[in-house]
Amino acid sequence: MTAERTRDRPPPLVLVLAAIAVAFFALPFLGLLWRLPWSALLDVLTERSVRTALWLSIRCSLLATAASLLFGVPLAWVFARVGFPGRGVARALCTLSMVLPPVVAGVALFFSFGRRGLFGQYLDEWFGVRLPFTTWGVVVAQTFVAMPFLVLTVEASLRQFDTRLEEAARTLGASRWYAFRHVTLPAIRPGLVAGGVLAWARALGEFGATITFAGNFPGTTQTMPLATYLALETDPEEALILSLVLIVVSFAVLLGLRDRWLGSTVRPVAA
Amino acid sequence: MRWLWCIWTVLALGATSCGGDDDAGATSSPSGSDITVFAAASLTDAFTELGEAFGEAEPGASATFNFAASSELARQLLEGAPADVFASADEANMSKLTDGGGAAGEPVTFATNRLEIITAPGNPLGITGLADLAKPELIVVTCAVEVPCGTYAEQVFSNAGVTVTPKSYEENVRAVANKVTLGEADAGIVYSTDVTAAGEDAGGVEIPDDVNVAAEYPIAVTAESGDPDTARAFVDFVLGEEGQAILARYGFAPP
Repeated sequence: MTAERTRDRPPPLVLVLAAIAVAFFALPFLGLLWRLPWSALLDVLTERSVRTALWLSIRCSLLATAASLLFGVPLAWVFARVGFPGRGVARALCTLSMVLPPVVAGVALFFSFGRRGLFGQYLDEWFGVRLPFTTWGVVVAQTFVAMPFLVLTVEASLRQFDTRLEEAARTLGASRWYAFRHVTLPAIRPGLVAGGVLAWARALGEFGATITFAGNFPGTTQTMPLATYLALETDPEEALILSLVLIVVSFAVLLGLRDRWLGSTVRPVAA
Repeated sequence: MRWLWCIWTVLALGATSCGGDDDAGATSSPSGSDITVFAAASLTDAFTELGEAFGEAEPGASATFNFAASSELARQLLEGAPADVFASADEANMSKLTDGGGAAGEPVTFATNRLEIITAPGNPLGITGLADLAKPELIVVTCAVEVPCGTYAEQVFSNAGVTVTPKSYEENVRAVANKVTLGEADAGIVYSTDVTAAGEDAGGVEIPDDVNVAAEYPIAVTAESGDPDTARAFVDFVLGEEGQAILARYGFAPP
């Protein structure tokens, strides 16, 4: 931070607007802390149901992030590199779930992957697989709404990446796959991490699609946001503590990743 | 600084234009005596029609509704959400309001409702009663105990002496009905009125009187109401002949 001081000071207007933005994000959290029943903190935190919900949330959001990486990175690569008719339409389609109200996303998942769904009826008939009311249903719902965040971020990184580096690797005898793994992927690492974190954060906070598609059952589909929402109905104090847990976990992860992975500059690996 | 001013103006305008809550089934009145009614999710269809009839009966008056789980509404009211009338699906959530001095006068019971088993149209699995819901191969959903319909469902199961493990505890009664009408669940516990509302999309199996519960719906004008006269008129309309007739048509029993 101090090394940057030699430059001109940023324009006051920028500082003022940035300060307003910080206040805008900080105030709701301060409000939460202000109303938090600190005396009940320990009682709630030691409840088994809270640990169950938190553990389920962590597992599901990580699985959703893994699925997003597995399918999202190739998709981003196709969007960034392969020109084909209808690419714009395909991209819009694959990012639609970002703007869809989550409850609508949940209903749409019913109609497609549900027991009577377009595709889900065959899943049930042929493999006996039913997604609604299962943990996998939660993962599907979270992946559906979270993956676009990764795809868009990774695609932007790929577009900025100098393809000549890949070509250089190819002329030195690297296979296409080798060049992708050892040249392209390391070079877009910040974008990959940022996209992964965005998708994970979205999955962790997912509520609407989950409760609509996967339902709400402790240990199977009741993630932290669902537990928090229902606690709000009868015990607002407990709900506040549950949200604090989610906030602390997310904040720690975002903070840790920020410094370790995103702070460094991009250093393309020369093959 | 002019820039800042501009931005503030935009922010202020934006804040006012999107400051409203999600109000479903809004009706507007040009002459201005529009009241906001917070009503239990199970009242959605009946109150929407009742609101229209109220607008016709009282020229210049209209009601805008916010439908959600009663517990959710009670919480919103305690947090200061602006409402003129609160219609709850149970006594417990109404008392959250009255205990805090949030109601003007005593709440009045305006309707009762009973629980019923909701099934797929024509009841293809041949469910005959509560005991069938204990079968493990059946996908049963109920409300979460945090909302009134979930508490009632638990009471009914315990009255009947059956142990049912639902696949999901839904956040409100409409979500239970939807899971069944969409075919994802085989059966659910809802209010009789929800079976009526689902029409051809669902079947219903009645729960015998000796194990059923009567859900009492209280209504009250809020202490914070900006238009207590219109709010009072709405409550009278609900309790009156026309209001009761509409409620009966949606399957509610009189108080």
